[in-house]
Amino acid sequence: MVKFHVKDRDIVLPGDVIAEDASGVKIRSIYLTRVCGKILSTICGLVHIVDNKEVDLIPLEGPYIPRVDDIVIGLIIDIGLTHWEVDINSPYTAILNANEALHKQFNPIHDDLRRYLSVGDYIVAKIIGFDRSRPPMLTIKEKGLGRITGGKVIEIKPSRIPRVVGKKGSMITMLKNETTCDIVVGQNGRIWISCPSKELEDILTLAIKKIELEAHTSGLTSRIREFIMKEKSERGI
Amino acid sequence: MTTGDEKPKLIDENGLRHDGRRPDELRPFKFEVGVLSNADGSSYVRMGNTVAVAAVYGPREPIAKFMSHPGRAVLRCRYHMAPFSTKERKSPAPSRREVELSKVIREALESVIFTELFPRTTIDVFIEILQADGGTRIAGLIAASLALADAGIPMRDLVAGVAVGKVNGTLVLDIDEVEDNYGEADMPIAFLPALGEIVLFQLNGVLTPQELKEAMDMAWKGALKIYEAEKETLRKKYLELGGE
Repeated sequence: MVKFHVKDRDIVLPGDVIAEDASGVKIRSIYLTRVCGKILSTICGLVHIVDNKEVDLIPLEGPYIPRVDDIVIGLIIDIGLTHWEVDINSPYTAILNANEALHKQFNPIHDDLRRYLSVGDYIVAKIIGFDRSRPPMLTIKEKGLGRITGGKVIEIKPSRIPRVVGKKGSMITMLKNETTCDIVVGQNGRIWISCPSKELEDILTLAIKKIELEAHTSGLTSRIREFIMKEKSERGI
Repeated sequence: MTTGDEKPKLIDENGLRHDGRRPDELRPFKFEVGVLSNADGSSYVRMGNTVAVAAVYGPREPIAKFMSHPGRAVLRCRYHMAPFSTKERKSPAPSRREVELSKVIREALESVIFTELFPRTTIDVFIEILQADGGTRIAGLIAASLALADAGIPMRDLVAGVAVGKVNGTLVLDIDEVEDNYGEADMPIAFLPALGEIVLFQLNGVLTPQELKEAMDMAWKGALKIYEAEKETLRKKYLELGGE
């Protein structure tokens, strides 16, 4: 019989026993390990127990590890003949090939990639390939992807991104409604915001930083809503 | 405490040690995490008068491509004593001893970290001893383990350890500089308490097989106390904010 040593949404640390006699329990996270029928945590994180049958662990710290189909916000750091090198705030530098950025054939003899994206540009991109033996490959050819113009990019810890989005997007919807800003969340910990006014931009930035700081607490969405209301009234918006 | 070469009295009539501790008593210790803002993870460890700070960077892209491994992360570890950490100035250049300790600490940590989750990257661990008063390798290892947990690097367990020594024929827990210099044996040992494994085990001096067993028992009990404090420190980091 499975015996759980922690409750749903508890904080666990490396070496903490989550469950005993747990051969029937599914593991959903790479940060959980089985030792002699026990399930142990390997990282500081929040446990998620589903119907006593599945265990997931949401990390509270750690780097961004690319996954296919993730939307990320990248920074161009180098230009090759037919590709850009993109910093995606991860241990792995990503590659954006010219044919994944331009809607025409690219010929390096007649053309220069610098005309399209230069070093220091931010892009919203999607990861189309990453198999751990090669660098992650990006595309900006789809709708909503491409170079960022205007607005501001905020960087937070990648492990806090799930809280900025919230359950089924509850947090991000609330942020958009309360501040009327456009928000694009990159899974790699970068968030692009573009706001109608400087004041709203400042409030949203503070709110996101607050989420980052308090990511492991519960009742966060309502607390952030109150925070935004208070800031708005103090600034007379 | 005495000065010069005269041997101090290590165990008094009441069976207490030169600093007033019982033989099986740890020095007062203090742990902190997140003390450095530039590092991905950091910690501060104080055990008696021994002070260690550890900083962890990574997993990150290797500084030199040839130092990467296609199947796992490469762990690099530097144990270093600050020039001001000892009574006499220590040359800041890494000594033979520091190179060796860097290696044993690296090997201890390699057996703990899931390096295969981050191929082609490096994880850098820097351990700086700010003040040395015995048991620095263990203090450094505890600091490294806390800093790795703070950085969110997956580990099989936190590392907890302690040095057991023999002075005047008595086994003593968590020895300091004086007891190390004038004692008969120094045995640093580090465990993974949740799994019951040993990741670092050295012995300098002579112990009988019986004494070794007793020393091991003592170290295990001491390490468990340190392990509890490590967990407490990490948990506190999140609970301070999560009051509501």
